[in-house]
Amino acid sequence: MALQQTIETAAIGSAFAAFFARWGRRIGLLRESPTAMAGVGIIVFWCLVALFAPLITIYPPNANDFAALADPTPSAAHILGTDHLGRDIWSRLAYGARTVLTVAPIAVAGAVAGGILLGLAAGFYRGWIDILITRMCDIVLSFPVIILYMIVLATFGSSAINIIMVVTAVKAPYIARIVRGSCLELREREYVAAARMRGENGFFIMLAEILPNARGPIIVETCLRLGYTIITIGVLGFLGIGLPPPDPDWGGMVKDTYGMMSVWPHMSLISCAAISSLVVGFNILAVGLREIGLRD
Amino acid sequence: MTDQALLQFQDTRISYFIRAGEANVIPGLNFTLGHNEALGLVGESGCGKSTVALAIMSYLGRAGRVTGGRILFEGRDLAAMSEDELRRIRGKRIAMVYQDPMSSLNPVMTVGRQLMEVPLLHDAIGEDEARRRALHMLDEVKLPDPDAMMERYPHQLSGGQQQRIVIAMALIAGPALLVMDEPTTGLDVTVEAAVLDLVRELRQRHRSAILFISHNLGTVAHVCDRIGVMYGGELVEQGPIRQVFADPRHPYTRGLLDCLPTLGRDKRSSRLTPIPGQVGSPLSRPVGCGFANRCAHAESPRCTAQAIPSVALKAAPEHRAMCVRAEELPPFRRTVTAADAPTLEGKIESAVGVDRLKMFYRRSHGIFGGAGDVVRAVNDVELVAAKGRTLAIVGESGCGKSSLAKVLAGLETATDGDVTLGGRSVGHTAIENRPADLKRKLQMVFQNPDSTLNPSHTVGYAIGRALARLKGVTGTAARQQVERLLEIVKLPAAFANHHPHQLSGGQKQRVAIARALAGDADVIVADEPVSALDVSVQASIINLLNELQTERGATLIFISHDLAVVRYLADQVAVMYLGRIVEAGPVDAVFRPPFHPYTEALLSAVPQPDPDASHARIVLEGSPPAPTEEIVGCPFASRCPRKVGPICDASPPPEQMQASGHRIACHIPVADLARLNAVGVPAV
Repeated sequence: MALQQTIETAAIGSAFAAFFARWGRRIGLLRESPTAMAGVGIIVFWCLVALFAPLITIYPPNANDFAALADPTPSAAHILGTDHLGRDIWSRLAYGARTVLTVAPIAVAGAVAGGILLGLAAGFYRGWIDILITRMCDIVLSFPVIILYMIVLATFGSSAINIIMVVTAVKAPYIARIVRGSCLELREREYVAAARMRGENGFFIMLAEILPNARGPIIVETCLRLGYTIITIGVLGFLGIGLPPPDPDWGGMVKDTYGMMSVWPHMSLISCAAISSLVVGFNILAVGLREIGLRD
Repeated sequence: MTDQALLQFQDTRISYFIRAGEANVIPGLNFTLGHNEALGLVGESGCGKSTVALAIMSYLGRAGRVTGGRILFEGRDLAAMSEDELRRIRGKRIAMVYQDPMSSLNPVMTVGRQLMEVPLLHDAIGEDEARRRALHMLDEVKLPDPDAMMERYPHQLSGGQQQRIVIAMALIAGPALLVMDEPTTGLDVTVEAAVLDLVRELRQRHRSAILFISHNLGTVAHVCDRIGVMYGGELVEQGPIRQVFADPRHPYTRGLLDCLPTLGRDKRSSRLTPIPGQVGSPLSRPVGCGFANRCAHAESPRCTAQAIPSVALKAAPEHRAMCVRAEELPPFRRTVTAADAPTLEGKIESAVGVDRLKMFYRRSHGIFGGAGDVVRAVNDVELVAAKGRTLAIVGESGCGKSSLAKVLAGLETATDGDVTLGGRSVGHTAIENRPADLKRKLQMVFQNPDSTLNPSHTVGYAIGRALARLKGVTGTAARQQVERLLEIVKLPAAFANHHPHQLSGGQKQRVAIARALAGDADVIVADEPVSALDVSVQASIINLLNELQTERGATLIFISHDLAVVRYLADQVAVMYLGRIVEAGPVDAVFRPPFHPYTEALLSAVPQPDPDASHARIVLEGSPPAPTEEIVGCPFASRCPRKVGPICDASPPPEQMQASGHRIACHIPVADLARLNAVGVPAV
């Protein structure tokens, strides 16, 4: 029995290895889509900024330079200027990128994992399991999510982990819907019947036979959700239920300074531009991936 | 030439520009189609025949381009025409009929409206006149009750009726040229026969020239007066149809005819001769003859050194072949190789028994839809598959043959009755609940080569998993067995590391067979395993199945709609209609009178690859009743040309058993059926 288990695990493992190997090759195809490459460019830029934040900034993100307050607009000393407390905006953006590029991918990864399991179970078993899962997803999808975020974060406190958990729960149904749709179609394929004929269990069929072939839409959807999650995190920051201050958070930066919009527009607009650029980056990567997927 | 040709291809060169480079699909095509002429283009998939059709319509798409030569229509170069001129020609002067009628019809418009649009657009006439013409056309394509038909939507019609509407739409403007791209490929054989008869008849009346594209030599033989055989984008042979069929001069044409199972061949009389090798890639073409590497008659260097011209034969200048040896090849005779099929003598042991099997399912209408209709997919079927023999189940789409296969395999379970496998009851046991030895015992080969293998896994993984699950073989031993299994299905061992997308359709089907054999199965259920394959590939798979049976003594249950293949391969045949077996017995008895009226109609409808085959055709009226209908009498009564009277509807037909084990379910006594037979089905 233990041997059987090992074989099972090895088989699923090798299926996943094949999955990643093939995707490695596909990433090479990205170069053929200028749209996807533009998206990758933006995303890589922000990743590098986040990674090397201490090296490419002069000031600590929370340090106040009151001398700069006389004229907080961009200057040689502060290339993007400072905010109303004299904090260097470029430093805050760079360190803020670290939080957003940690929280968003983790939350989306959780949503993808949960969504895949829910979607596969619904699409593969159908019947009452399907009805239960899809109705639950419908409830979440039809809920005014901002209110949900406010209730949850106001009750349990706004920490990174709570944000990740609530975002995971809210985004998983989107992924589940996509996976369920693919699964419904793929479960009728003859190779699934062939797997049943040789006595595979449902778990193996879902993970090793169906899931690898549903990867295209899942990856596109993941990119889209990453973009939207970055907006969500920005919105939470703006509403004051995001990551706690004083550490920089892009949404929080907009919130702190939007009152000075008419006097010092750069303070909030630069943070807004940072959020949009990253969202656009993920969106056009998704578009590019879809183009490539359609082509072959 | 005094009168101008209607359509002319002059050294036309067409390429598709894809990621991998320029795929030169048509290297240089020359042919002429005269007024009122019907030219059939035949060839296997990828030979460029559809590209020819698209080029005529100037619909090559973004990637495709005519890169040389000209296409002349009524003397004018299509490439030189403006988009406006082309639009005026399409539909008015050139009309096209595609393979899938549903994608040619607009689902949200009535068929009447769609028919009327053509003359309204092209002929500047009023509504009333257009309506009159549409009604007339509906009558011409023999659709019942044209007035009511005008108001129907496409989804309310059967496939055959839809294709008739498409043909009516094509002919309503009186085009000079009708291009038909595989117009009957998706249709059942009886429907196909009726559509082909219609095309033949309309041709005489409408005086349109026809370019008829098909992979099926039989349909071309039935409709056309000239034939062009395409291989690798070249017209390797063309000529009057009788001449080409009687004396094919190109080795490829001969190969095609040789590998084709016909109603006159069976596995005991001859072996099918597949064409060795595979079609070359259009990305790189050889200098000489494109067929040389697969040709038994090829001679180096004269076949391979320079381009081969298409030359007219001295004896028959109308007949051209693109072969340097065209004149010197011996007269064509079907290659008859000694067959090594098992003989039918000996004690018959039952491997699979089907006992009054019923498989019903409920068509649900969603959560709030209520109970839904009961579909009687398999209704009271009684069959025995003899050990080591081939039982073929033949019938048209929707007759329940695939549902029967699924119950045998345990992918579905029986509603009533039972299936026995080696004497043990399995009818109500889904495959997941069958004991390991029964799982091993019966395995399945599926229809669609593109979905039978998981595109994410290698061939070695597909076979290796089957070995691990069915026999518990893993590690090095498994790798060796994978190689052995690949060898059995005649594939190189290196294929174990290939992904399905690197394989051709036939190779995928071989892997699927190897996978089914992994557990040393005694019984193989093959559901239309060759119907998606080209004829030359089909022949090699049929040969493989035959060899496996001879060597391993496996029982084969072969599901098919193709009577010629069944005739060739089967020992026992069961003919299915609407979930029931109407006739069953040894193959020789079933394919010889007395026939059940349905079998008779099926056989008469099979297109024969012989322009002189002039047996009577029995055209079935209407379409089969819905499988949700409860039928008391004979299931075939509503369409039966030999219906005797109210008794057919009122009481179920008796099973008339004969000494040979041949049984016919019909109210007409067997002796009378024997006399009634009008079909001159060629005997072996």
